[in-house]
Amino acid sequence: MQLELSPADAEFRGRMRDVFTTKVSPEIRDTVLEGRHLTRDQIVEAQRTLNAEGLAVPHWPVEWGGQDWTELQRHLWHEEMQRAGVPIPLAFNASMIGPVIAHFGTQEQKERFLPATANLDIWWSQGFSEPDAGSDLASLRTTAVRDGDDWVVNGQKTWTTLGQHGDWIFTLVRTDPEVKKQAGISMLLIDMTTPGVEVRPIELIDGGHEVNEVWFTDVRVPGDLLVGELNGGWTIAKFLLGNERVGVAPVGATKRALAAVKANAGPLMDDPLVRARVAELENELLALELTALRVVAHSSDGAPHPASSVLKLRGTELQQAVSELALDLAGPASLAARAGDDSPQEGWARRSAPTYLNLRKASIYGGSNEIQRQIISRTILGL
Amino acid sequence: MDFTYDDEQQALREAVRGLLATTYADHEARRRTVADDPGFDRALWGRLAEMGVLGLPFSEADGGVGAGPVEIGIVCQELGRVLAPEPYLSAVVHAGGLVAAVGTAEQKADLLGRLSAGEIVLAAADTSPGGRWASRADGVRASVSAGSWTLDGVADPVMGGASADHLVVTAALPDGGTGVFVVDASAAAVTGYVAADLTRAASVRFEASAATPLGEPGRDLSPSIATISDLTRIMGANQALGVMQSQVRATTDYLKSRKQFGVTLNTFQALTFRAADMYVSLELAHSTVDWATMTIAGGDREVVADAADRVGLQVSRAARHIGQEAIQLHGGIGMTAEYSVGVGTAHLTVLEQWLGNAGHHLTRLAARVTDHEMVDAI
Ligand SMILES: Cc1cc2nc3c(=O)[nH]c(=O)nc-3n(C[C@H](O)[C@H](O)[C@H](O)COP(=O)(O)OP(=O)(O)OC[C@H]3O[C@@H](n4cnc5c(N)ncnc54)[C@H](O)[C@@H]3O)c2cc1C
Repeated sequence: MQLELSPADAEFRGRMRDVFTTKVSPEIRDTVLEGRHLTRDQIVEAQRTLNAEGLAVPHWPVEWGGQDWTELQRHLWHEEMQRAGVPIPLAFNASMIGPVIAHFGTQEQKERFLPATANLDIWWSQGFSEPDAGSDLASLRTTAVRDGDDWVVNGQKTWTTLGQHGDWIFTLVRTDPEVKKQAGISMLLIDMTTPGVEVRPIELIDGGHEVNEVWFTDVRVPGDLLVGELNGGWTIAKFLLGNERVGVAPVGATKRALAAVKANAGPLMDDPLVRARVAELENELLALELTALRVVAHSSDGAPHPASSVLKLRGTELQQAVSELALDLAGPASLAARAGDDSPQEGWARRSAPTYLNLRKASIYGGSNEIQRQIISRTILGL
Repeated sequence: MDFTYDDEQQALREAVRGLLATTYADHEARRRTVADDPGFDRALWGRLAEMGVLGLPFSEADGGVGAGPVEIGIVCQELGRVLAPEPYLSAVVHAGGLVAAVGTAEQKADLLGRLSAGEIVLAAADTSPGGRWASRADGVRASVSAGSWTLDGVADPVMGGASADHLVVTAALPDGGTGVFVVDASAAAVTGYVAADLTRAASVRFEASAATPLGEPGRDLSPSIATISDLTRIMGANQALGVMQSQVRATTDYLKSRKQFGVTLNTFQALTFRAADMYVSLELAHSTVDWATMTIAGGDREVVADAADRVGLQVSRAARHIGQEAIQLHGGIGMTAEYSVGVGTAHLTVLEQWLGNAGHHLTRLAARVTDHEMVDAI
């Protein structure tokens, strides 16, 4: 056991810090650092800047733009990015569908989609959840029926994050209703401009529009947009959701959020109770960061370590707890949530209530925290 | 940056585990051992000496083995795993650590040589009645006359004090500051008692008790005392980790085997979720313990002091959570002295209140919270 980074890893970290703080636009970084909303164009610009530096999809196969790094280097890349206020590459592209196509796709699919996905020329949406298929994803009902060379898709997806920006959507669809529910699912890639695709906004409790319903009415999808085996979608979904969980503990971003809370707190930092809450959160974040490093050190070949559920569970709890502290410090100023920029209340304080409310999502999506407890108790503890 | 044990460290763990299993194969053996004085197994202590475990922290020149903190941590984890009552933490890590930190070359060679060989047992007397984890002594005062030093006052609790041959005492110096002294146990009034986890502590009264200053007489040694307390805290956290690992394992096994309402308890999700939360606490504590242990090698006192507070807070919280849930999920059997889980919670309680509880560490961390922008692991 040893604590220091090797000289090579320390040098690597310095290089990451350097790229992130010099190449990515300061306006974008400030927006992230101040907790304001990024526009679609800013997200695209940031990812293209990273892609030009070879840093958008380092965990993909080298032939498609990946960087043969160690797990520790990937971790450092991820943490430094968050620390510098660089938006992490769009998860739907970089962490979800990209690795899936690289692993399960045909050569044509790889050539057609991977470069565009890495560069965010295509904005992907994730069409998995349905009104009656949330945690129990396998009970999804959207159907795809073969008609000549095409698939004809009917049904409804929901909770589609940033679907309003989406160019394409990767979906799980039922291709065999007769078999056990997990066995009759396939993955289809669908161009969202195809006739019959309709995206309807859902308003969330913070007043924002980040999720949508996506309706499919007799949508014709060319047969070559099936990913992997027919009825092999469940295997792909498990592969994808496993990747989703890794790096899902946003330690760097939460540390930065807590540092901002301290900086914004002003004289409230003299209150012993506030100091204690901050100190306690800092300690919990340290333990989480160390656990992330331990998990990184033990995962082999990019396969998720079982304890990554610990990171998801605790990481989202801490993310939420920091937003709760910011809200408590803002106090009455938090009421001015929708007051606009000429409000006399400070921006961080006005944003505290929507941020607090918005982050309640973190323990629900990506496999809710109850599902993580299930994974820990079943697969790690054998209960 | 590496959290894995090398082959030699693995071998040490297995050797210590194997040796402890010869004495504490089951909890019943521990119960028998703590029932009688001196509250630990002298034969096992001798075998630990033969294996070099008692000399692990001390340099070869002082009669020790000169191992690193990770190795000492491994030993503490293994002792914790079986709730071994041997006074390793108090005699070797704490009292021996004080001698190693402040003693002269001759004092170290003598005391640490005999300690490593299992010939003598030491105990650190650094707490006054009602005192709370201070590196400044206030319960015992040192006086000097014609070059001879004597001590007066009371130290309590003195962990492992009842069976110690020599006491390593922190005492207020006549001209201010805190010194460290060695006192022959026969020169003090030692009253042994049984602590909450059935290990042994003592109340020690000094009345013009003859004492030998460790190191240069009259010098304020509080910085070294504080550092040794920090090292003891970190090793105590390793010991607590071993206890908690056993508790999570025992609880998991129990949920799989205990039947109520015609089914095993793991059928009830309310219970498996609580076990999952225990595992989360355990893993976070484990990471922090490994990290704190590794900071020692860097040798920076302030870094180690900070790590001791951080691991102290994390492990105290985890110990309460895991210890209490382990009992609860076992039901009535968890409350019995006959079963290891509840006694493990008693041991965690003792470690915590001996070395500094969560409130103590949190207060210290809160005092420093505006000194930095964020806390970084590496
Ligand atoms: C903001 C946001 C963005 C999202 N983005 C996307 C997206 O882009 N694409 C997409 O496909 N999906 C997305 N989701 C959907 C998300 O994955 C689901 O919300 C999630 O899987 C939970 O499903 P559910 O909402 O139907 O809740 P349910 O599954 O109905 O769960 C309700 C409650 O019961 C608990 N529960 C369920 N099953 C069990 C069980 N077996 N044991 C114990 N407790 C259980 C849950 O943890 C939860 O607390 C998003 C969700 C949110 C909130």
